[in-house]
Amino acid sequence: MIELSDVLVLAALLFCISVAGIFINRKNVIILLMCIELMLLSVNLNFIGFSHFLGDIHGQVFVFFILTVAAAEAAIGLAILVVLFRNRNTINVVDLDTLKG
Amino acid sequence: MMMPITAEMMFVVPELALLVLACLVLLCDVFSTSENKPLTYWLAQVSLVVVIVLVICFNPEERISVFHNHFILDPLSTVLKVTVCAASLVVFLFSYHYFKARGQLQGEYFVIGLFAVLGMLVMISAYSMLSVYLGLELMSLSLYALVAMNRESGTASEAAMKYFVLGALASGLLLYGISILYGISGTLVLPELAGYISSHTGSRIALTFGLVFVVVGIAFKLGAVPFHTWLPDVYEGSPTAVTLFLASAPKVAAFAMAVRLLVDGLQPLHVDWQGMLIILSVLSMAAGNIIAISQTNIKRMLAYSAIAHAGFLILGILPGLDAGAGATYAAALFYVISYVIMSLGAFGFIILSGSADHEADQLTDFKGFAEFNPWFAFIMLVFMFSLAGVPPFLGFWAKWFVIKEVIAIGHIWLAILAVIFSVVGAYYYLRIVKLMYFDQPDTMPAIVAGRQVRLMISFNGLAVLVLGFVPGELIRICTTVLMG
Repeated sequence: MIELSDVLVLAALLFCISVAGIFINRKNVIILLMCIELMLLSVNLNFIGFSHFLGDIHGQVFVFFILTVAAAEAAIGLAILVVLFRNRNTINVVDLDTLKG
Repeated sequence: MMMPITAEMMFVVPELALLVLACLVLLCDVFSTSENKPLTYWLAQVSLVVVIVLVICFNPEERISVFHNHFILDPLSTVLKVTVCAASLVVFLFSYHYFKARGQLQGEYFVIGLFAVLGMLVMISAYSMLSVYLGLELMSLSLYALVAMNRESGTASEAAMKYFVLGALASGLLLYGISILYGISGTLVLPELAGYISSHTGSRIALTFGLVFVVVGIAFKLGAVPFHTWLPDVYEGSPTAVTLFLASAPKVAAFAMAVRLLVDGLQPLHVDWQGMLIILSVLSMAAGNIIAISQTNIKRMLAYSAIAHAGFLILGILPGLDAGAGATYAAALFYVISYVIMSLGAFGFIILSGSADHEADQLTDFKGFAEFNPWFAFIMLVFMFSLAGVPPFLGFWAKWFVIKEVIAIGHIWLAILAVIFSVVGAYYYLRIVKLMYFDQPDTMPAIVAGRQVRLMISFNGLAVLVLGFVPGELIRICTTVLMG
């Protein structure tokens, strides 16, 4: 039988992987976008777990909103990525260093 | 009190009107053939005026919450919404002339800007964690797109990418906190959450765990240290007109989000979040004011100044809710409104002094400015003195009010730190005044901006000056909207 704690641990693990991915990754901006998606999905898992074990439907409604926003967010992220590549000819994270001080 | 859904619709008329008008502006922009898009611009301005009028018409006497407590109307929301719309009005005026002079005018700027304003209005009226999140995302996604608006600029796209990744990270952290709070309390509505927390006296470890993520999310959006890293890069990299937008209206929305979540939803955890906010504010005031000294780019310098001001703003939120007297964060409300007025002026001044082939964003560009443009140098002097907190300008009263409230809740050491860091901050504001008045100019700085920009910046400067001499009315408004 799957307990609430199992769901929460899995979601927390996925969340930690995504945060670590954002901070450790030095190579590619696309991986950053994937980490952001993973982060939102881990939150979804949290919501579904709570919603199921609380017997409350609001959490699942919230998940649908998050999925929609995540789609919009991915669209804007990829659009910015294309603009960035056309200007810089690179999507390496380490090359994004013209702004500092 | 339950109302039929059609009757509840009446309370969101300003938001609905803005949504329809924004779509209308988009349609007009598609069919507009004119080079400079005057129709799009004027329609966007008219939309904002219509929304301001509607918000004032629907000003409620007391708190009304509709849509199963997901949406709230109270006098506080009226004041914040009017501030957001008025600030956006000024931003659109500056932006239109900025982009027109550079031949980069795109009608989408106004459409996306209006959608960002819609997101802010939803955030201001949000009364559940779901509506906070949706408003926040509508605002943030529009702002990411605005930063990347200038497709030919390498710095703008880099700034947009950084803003996007860190903003999405902040939203993710906030959401994780929201999911934990939902899991514990079983409700998304903020007052029900507060009710649950105060009625359960058991272990608060899990609640505090959720609270940490929510505070981190808020700190990201306000730009408080140590979650400020995106702010200087985004301010510097974006076109100045977009920086002007980022530095004004979204601050009000972030403030609204902070008070809705922390004061309305998590007030029973006041002791916990007060400690976290104290750390954030001290770090912000210290890092913001000290790092700003070493900057040579004025947009970057003002970004660090924004971080320092975020620290002050957070100080104003500290008192939270008093059981007897109601909400006691009037100082923060006054601070955020004053900051928006001053920030519009300071960034507007950068737009005023730049031209199509020269972006006046280096400190050295302002050498000897007063020799050729005494009036505008004086206006900038007013903004800088006000941001530094020199009496009798508006910024002084904002700082005075916050410090008074901080002392009232017994944190005298915090008030002393705030004053010390303000004195440190005065150095880099006064350096601009020194450059303008006492240095020899390298080049001949001639102002080429149009009459409307000149009038607007003069009006803005006079507003700071006049409100500095008679701040009583604005303080009174800020205090009365929070009562009851």
